[in-house]
Amino acid sequence: MNPDMKPDMKPDAEKEPILRVEKVSKAFGGIQALNGVSFEVHAGEILGIIGPNGSGKTTVVNCITGFIKKTSGHVFFRGRDISDKPPHKIADMGITRTFQIMRPYFTLPAYKNLVIPLFSPRAKRTGGWRGGGRLGDRNTVSIDILEEIGFERDSYVPYKTASTLPTGYLKRLELARCLALKPEIIICDEVFSGLSMSEIASMVPLIERLQMEGITLIMIEHRLRELFRVANRIMVLNFGEKLTEGSSEEVMADERVREAYFGSQKVEEVMRHA
Amino acid sequence: MGNNTQRRKERIDRGIKVRTDGIYALMSIRELSYLALPRLVLIFGMLVLPLLLPGMYWQRVITITCIYALLALSFDFLAHFVGLVSLGGAFFVGVGGYMAAIMNTTLGLPPWATVPLAALAGGGICTLLLLPCLPLRGVYFAIVSLMYPLFVARLIEALNILGGTDGITGIDSFTNRWAEQYFIIGVLLLLLFGVRRLVNTDIGLVLRGVKDNDQAIRASGMNVTLYKAMAVYIASAMGCLGGACLVHIYMWSGISQFALDFSILPIAATVIGGGGTLVGPVLGCLILVPISELLRDFGTLRIVFYALILVAFIIFRSEGIMVYGRRKYQQFERWTRI
Repeated sequence: MNPDMKPDMKPDAEKEPILRVEKVSKAFGGIQALNGVSFEVHAGEILGIIGPNGSGKTTVVNCITGFIKKTSGHVFFRGRDISDKPPHKIADMGITRTFQIMRPYFTLPAYKNLVIPLFSPRAKRTGGWRGGGRLGDRNTVSIDILEEIGFERDSYVPYKTASTLPTGYLKRLELARCLALKPEIIICDEVFSGLSMSEIASMVPLIERLQMEGITLIMIEHRLRELFRVANRIMVLNFGEKLTEGSSEEVMADERVREAYFGSQKVEEVMRHA
Repeated sequence: MGNNTQRRKERIDRGIKVRTDGIYALMSIRELSYLALPRLVLIFGMLVLPLLLPGMYWQRVITITCIYALLALSFDFLAHFVGLVSLGGAFFVGVGGYMAAIMNTTLGLPPWATVPLAALAGGGICTLLLLPCLPLRGVYFAIVSLMYPLFVARLIEALNILGGTDGITGIDSFTNRWAEQYFIIGVLLLLLFGVRRLVNTDIGLVLRGVKDNDQAIRASGMNVTLYKAMAVYIASAMGCLGGACLVHIYMWSGISQFALDFSILPIAATVIGGGGTLVGPVLGCLILVPISELLRDFGTLRIVFYALILVAFIIFRSEGIMVYGRRKYQQFERWTRI
């Protein structure tokens, strides 16, 4: 990564993590969904979280963003404890998320979908993505954001009702909803899933561009090949516990990961099918 | 038509449909009137109605209809634009009614002061009391909000407060019966068009977002409970306004203001008129309340006929009059030269 791209990144940013998750546990009744998971996210990086089904990936996201209450543990954002804050307060600080199951405001046109997050206090303060602290006309800003994220401005797409949009656009709309807040961290819960290869191919540069602009990303993915292309670091969860973390090569070389995630198959074989 | 080769049918709204909302219509009187006609019919219809009806009895019925229409409007707003199905109509009416009654009898305020004050303050009280239930959604909110009017009515009865079962008497009436009639009609029309405007503003979009997907509203850094409370305040203030008017019309305030009629009839009217249209529930009240009065001659059979009419509506026009009417209105065609 070229540090020139991120003028607002402090030199010691690599030492002080933007997000620190400390021994977070979550039990749903008798089921231990998360068991003392700790990790750090550094400003400007892309952290990938992988793991088999039911390993607690989405639960981690819900715990960070406050959508569910942790049984124990702490989350620190820029050194501040945000463990007990409600979701809207956490989003207001700049930690936004997408949802695995996309639920746009179906009855509204795409651009009106974005007018809603642009109404939030944070958007008013920051002016939205690219907004220099002042929010212009919400409809205009919304169409600007949609254009940048891949909705063709002069086509009819931004004006289409959300219920008629294909999955690819809905995934982008989810991202756009985060960007409307001018976020510092975006947590993407499976943005690649359900997309065709060509749709993913156009999504990857978008993710890379967001990183270039200094946004920290946490990506939960099942599409490993695409994730490894963009992620700087990978963390592996299994049965609610952190198995390991490191670069994609390190993680894939780990015997435990192979066993937990891929069974006894050869990694190369799985990657061919991914 | 003999010369079909030179003429074809075209939908009247063709020129309007292709443009986005907001900038349509100002191109010709014809298209302008196409859009304005339904609104003007409603406004003038409501204004002329009391003049056409014979006698005080039916004029009083219209006034009561308007109060029910306010409740139906508030129900439709909450149910279809915020996602809170509220059965608390009777609670709003009761709170507004008792507020106006107390302000009138103990503070000596005239009706023109008590009605707006009861609406504003009553809305605040209703919102505060409903605040703990706001995280509930759908049918759960409906169940809890149904409990409120029963709760307050039994409280007044058991503790013998606020006049107990006798209610509060000696309340001033409106100075003039025409003033009373047109005040309520005017307020109804203003609120109807006001709410229609509100749901299309940006804040209205947020409220509709709360209904569609409150998780996304939270994830966008907005406090869902705050917006729900705001919507409940608007809706309950409308109900309280109706209740305050009712008290001054009857010159009496009692626990019958917490009667479930005020919760149930607005829902029936919304079903008949078409939910989510805001105008529909008002039309539904204009149909249901007079029918209910007409059927008084049948004594106890009234409910049977009433139920039959409701069932017929639900079976044959389940989408509601307004949804049906709007669709048909948009399908009007005219002949155009090719």
